[in-house]
Amino acid sequence: MQETLIAAAERRASRDARHDRRFRWMLAGAGVFVLLALGGAALSMLWGGREAFATFGLDFVTSATWDPIGQQFGAWVPIYGTLVTAAIAMLIAIPVSFGIALFLTEVAPTWLRTPIGTAIELLAGIPSIIYGMWGLFVFVPMLAEHVYPWVDANLGQWPLIGSLFAGPPLGIGTLTAGLVLAIMVVPFISSVMRDVFLTVPTRLKESAYALGSTRWEVVWDVVLPYTRSAVIGGIFLGLGRALGETMAVTFVLGNAHELSTSLLMPGNSIAATIANEFAEADTDLYRSSLIALGFLLFVVTFIVLALAKLMLRQLAKREGR
Amino acid sequence: MSADLLFLKRRIINAVALLLSAAAALLGLFFLAWILWTTLSKGIAAFNVALFTQMTPPPGEAGGLANALFGSVMMCLLAVLIGTPIGIAAGTFVAEYANRHWVGATIRFVNDILLSAPSIVLGLFVYTLVVRPMGGFSGFAGVIALAFIVLPVVVRTTDDMLKLVPAQMREAALSLGIPQWKVTLQILYRAAAPGIVTGVLLALARISGETAPLLFTALNNQYWSADLSEPIASAPVVIFQYAMSPFEDWHALAWAGAFLITVFVLVLSLFARLVLLRKRVPND
Repeated sequence: MQETLIAAAERRASRDARHDRRFRWMLAGAGVFVLLALGGAALSMLWGGREAFATFGLDFVTSATWDPIGQQFGAWVPIYGTLVTAAIAMLIAIPVSFGIALFLTEVAPTWLRTPIGTAIELLAGIPSIIYGMWGLFVFVPMLAEHVYPWVDANLGQWPLIGSLFAGPPLGIGTLTAGLVLAIMVVPFISSVMRDVFLTVPTRLKESAYALGSTRWEVVWDVVLPYTRSAVIGGIFLGLGRALGETMAVTFVLGNAHELSTSLLMPGNSIAATIANEFAEADTDLYRSSLIALGFLLFVVTFIVLALAKLMLRQLAKREGR
Repeated sequence: MSADLLFLKRRIINAVALLLSAAAALLGLFFLAWILWTTLSKGIAAFNVALFTQMTPPPGEAGGLANALFGSVMMCLLAVLIGTPIGIAAGTFVAEYANRHWVGATIRFVNDILLSAPSIVLGLFVYTLVVRPMGGFSGFAGVIALAFIVLPVVVRTTDDMLKLVPAQMREAALSLGIPQWKVTLQILYRAAAPGIVTGVLLALARISGETAPLLFTALNNQYWSADLSEPIASAPVVIFQYAMSPFEDWHALAWAGAFLITVFVLVLSLFARLVLLRKRVPND
């Protein structure tokens, strides 16, 4: 009797151990799958773009000729467009996001913080194609009619930077794309900034207040230095988004493969080029060039996002998390 | 006197800074309201029952979005069905088996990159992975592309939510001799369920508006199709095609579709927050 009980218990223990092992391997497999997904994405695009890289070499990045008929592909125009639109977006989004985060953590009355915070986060959830349509049908006509003529007539006359703002008020173009991108990344950056501002120990802030600091001085001299690395991380997170954003930019950028000094002129970006032309790419070299563009975008966003993660982790480490 | 001046200057700087921060928040809300207002007003104007009963029309004819909406619903649900189990499994591995281990840290890092990676890049990946070997665009490829977007969201929320489950709960269960797989499946998942559900809902909200990865995986289809080996229409891709066209009636359909997606996404994100909120209150 006792022996059968012991045997049953042993059987059960070994069965449990077996199941545990199997369960563990299953979960580990899923974990490895995540690693493979990213590695696979990188390798498959490098492989898909090999023909373009082999044919054009470094010219692929530096040449501004994008000629599907002549089978000449140089990606400088989309690369330039991606960098410039992202730069415009960040120039606007960083101060605005900082202002929103400051408002949500220090300025607004407590009862107002949650609803406004939620509203801003909802802005982040709206699909990018909606931003694109709104941009094309509402924002672009408004800019073309009321804002860009003034920009052309005034800013366009300034020395040095004037040529950036001179041009016909088409509405679509690099500057518009930058503005729409700014609207899109503000919710991301501001919610990261708000979250990290909330991690600042109250003792630190109260000490500063006790010394007679104004609210602004507390934020600028205590909160910001304390959270510096995480704030930069949040900015990089937004930058990664701005670089890779596709639909919104495709709508308002104009899909023009010409290099232009004016920000009011249509341009192109890496993601918009791929979205616009991939389904129509009829030769292997054309398709390979578009995949190679995707690879470049991937590498740049990978670096930006990795930096963002490292920066954000700095604060988490100090927090002991 | 100069001390007074200094104090005045500091107060002015303070007032200006706080005013600017309020202005920034107003600016954000203003654009949210503007975008929502545009979508709602133009969408409601174009809204009718034919949207759900008729196929996408050629220019100049009346029609609806039935095939596109069906394609979107089908692909999104399948993507969630594929992405969620793998995501939960990977998230569990990171939180329960590889926490504080370099393998777990690496998966977390890679997953966070995947989470913010441009979706168009994932579309290209699935193109080279599925479309090219299979010899053509297909709804199946679209499902895979969307599943790759669901995956990191679910991994992240599962990981976060399991970390919130108190260690005592694990220890109590393990001390009763319950094997770990049973502890995970029947105790930890139950405790973390609201959070994981929230993650899945947010992932669904995210892919329901995704356009870029579908452009060269599922492509588009003017007709009704439930065949995953063929190109399938989806609401975002049809909206993109129609909005970029020069035809007025296509624009109206695009706005109607945009309205449907926006309402769906907003309701889903608010609902997801509620799920998390409701559970949290009794727990605290």
